[in-house]
Amino acid sequence: MKILEMNHINKKFGDLEVIKDISLSVSEGEILSIIGPSGSGKSTILRCATMLESINGGEIIYMGQKAAYTDNNKNVIYAKGKEAKYINSKFGLVFQNFNLFPHYSVIKNITDAPIHVQKRNKKEVFEQAKALLEKVGLTDKADYYPFQLSGGQQQRVSIARALCMNPKILFFDEPTSALDPELTIEILKVIRALAKEHMTMVIVTHEMNFAKEVSNRIIFMEKGVIVEEMTPDEMFSSNNERTKTFLGRYHNMA
Amino acid sequence: MSFSTILFQLGSGMLKSMGIFLWTIVLSLPLGLFVSFGRMSKNNTLRNIVKVYISIMRGTPLMLQLMIVYYSPFLLFGMNIKSFRFPAIIIGFAINYAAYFAEIFRSGIESMPVGQYEAARILGYGKKQTFIKIILPQVIKRILPSVTNEVITLVKDTSLAFSLAYMEMFSIAKQIVAKESTFMPFIVAAIFYYIFNFVVATFMEQIENKLSYYR
Ligand SMILES: Nc1ncnc2c1ncn2[C@@H]1O[C@H](COP(=O)(O)OP(=O)(O)OP(=O)(O)O)[C@@H](O)[C@H]1O
Ligand SMILES: [Mg+2]
Repeated sequence: MKILEMNHINKKFGDLEVIKDISLSVSEGEILSIIGPSGSGKSTILRCATMLESINGGEIIYMGQKAAYTDNNKNVIYAKGKEAKYINSKFGLVFQNFNLFPHYSVIKNITDAPIHVQKRNKKEVFEQAKALLEKVGLTDKADYYPFQLSGGQQQRVSIARALCMNPKILFFDEPTSALDPELTIEILKVIRALAKEHMTMVIVTHEMNFAKEVSNRIIFMEKGVIVEEMTPDEMFSSNNERTKTFLGRYHNMA
Repeated sequence: MSFSTILFQLGSGMLKSMGIFLWTIVLSLPLGLFVSFGRMSKNNTLRNIVKVYISIMRGTPLMLQLMIVYYSPFLLFGMNIKSFRFPAIIIGFAINYAAYFAEIFRSGIESMPVGQYEAARILGYGKKQTFIKIILPQVIKRILPSVTNEVITLVKDTSLAFSLAYMEMFSIAKQIVAKESTFMPFIVAAIFYYIFNFVVATFMEQIENKLSYYR
């Protein structure tokens, strides 16, 4: 089953066309990585998928339900009310800079929305939160506040927070790029574990080797378009000049 | 007039000063929050009206504002304003301080990183929930030092009620000084104001400490 379909997405900031007619889809259990140079529109496409930015054209479909579509007059119509809420509950997003709530403890960061937004049973939510904290290796940090944690720990909390909402798909926008290399490893470990459980994920990353290792499919983006879509095996043997240049540059840097 | 009589009279004036203070705080803080919403509104007309209001409140003397509030029902409508003295003082103080608090709230709200709103939105919090649970608590912590400044100023500003011949501490001190030709009531009043402010500042510090559990 397709969890997410994005068809012919266009996104402009003023006159600047940032996403140009991009289409992509993600099936259940699939892990899609998006790579590409800075400014190519990777964050923007994730922000469009998660409705943080509104699109200027195209359609976004979650599990067969239209979250947004373009009508005959080229107006983009977004789902509203209950329908929008339902669609919203299907995805989670892990930010580059975590965006934890600083005035909430770790456990409250994770449990507050499931309890007060999803109106779920408190006890059940706390049990799930504890299990998630164990999964990300932070069992002993439940009562800490974000400022008392390292960047890597904060990012793991934010992953647990996203997971506690039971999303069908989880988006990551460069989850490690604000972190030191040692801390990056912690995060990649968590994502790897999620991959083993067949969590559906879309990951924007600069970690090429990680992308190759963990994903089923890789999209190379440049200047707002998808240059190439490939399997991990094809990645480093691509014949596409632009892909080669980009990866070559990355190899020289690494 | 004995010292204890003076103390007693000044003490009763102090209670009235405290009355002005408390009423002003209770009214102007929430009012200020709503004014700050108006100040940040997407509606141009509303935003400009609020902007003008704030600039008048901050750009003219509070004493003059008190007088205008007090006398205008009479001057405009010929109403009897005898019993309007205290309400006029509270209204005057509240709308003046609301303007200052509004600017403080605005700066606090505008200083919040957009990521907090975005994280809340992804987690499904509604607009109201986001503001009340996520944004406002953090804003309060951020603006507390500026609020403390205003609150301390307010303690001293309560003495401006003398301009409407309201018998708070400063008016009483002035009266005794004139009648008894002694300077002492001013000294006592100064000490009282100082203690008042000391208590207020300590209280604000307590709140700051309470909110220092996170950064
Ligand atoms: N809110 C905005 N307003 C105007 N322009 C924007 C906005 N957000 C992004 N852009 C522009 O859109 C383009 C794509 O930005 P985007 O952040 O999606 O790139 P990216 O691929 O995520 O880059 P990076 O690897 O540096 O994170 C850039 O040219 C950027 O300047
Ligand atoms: Mg980006």
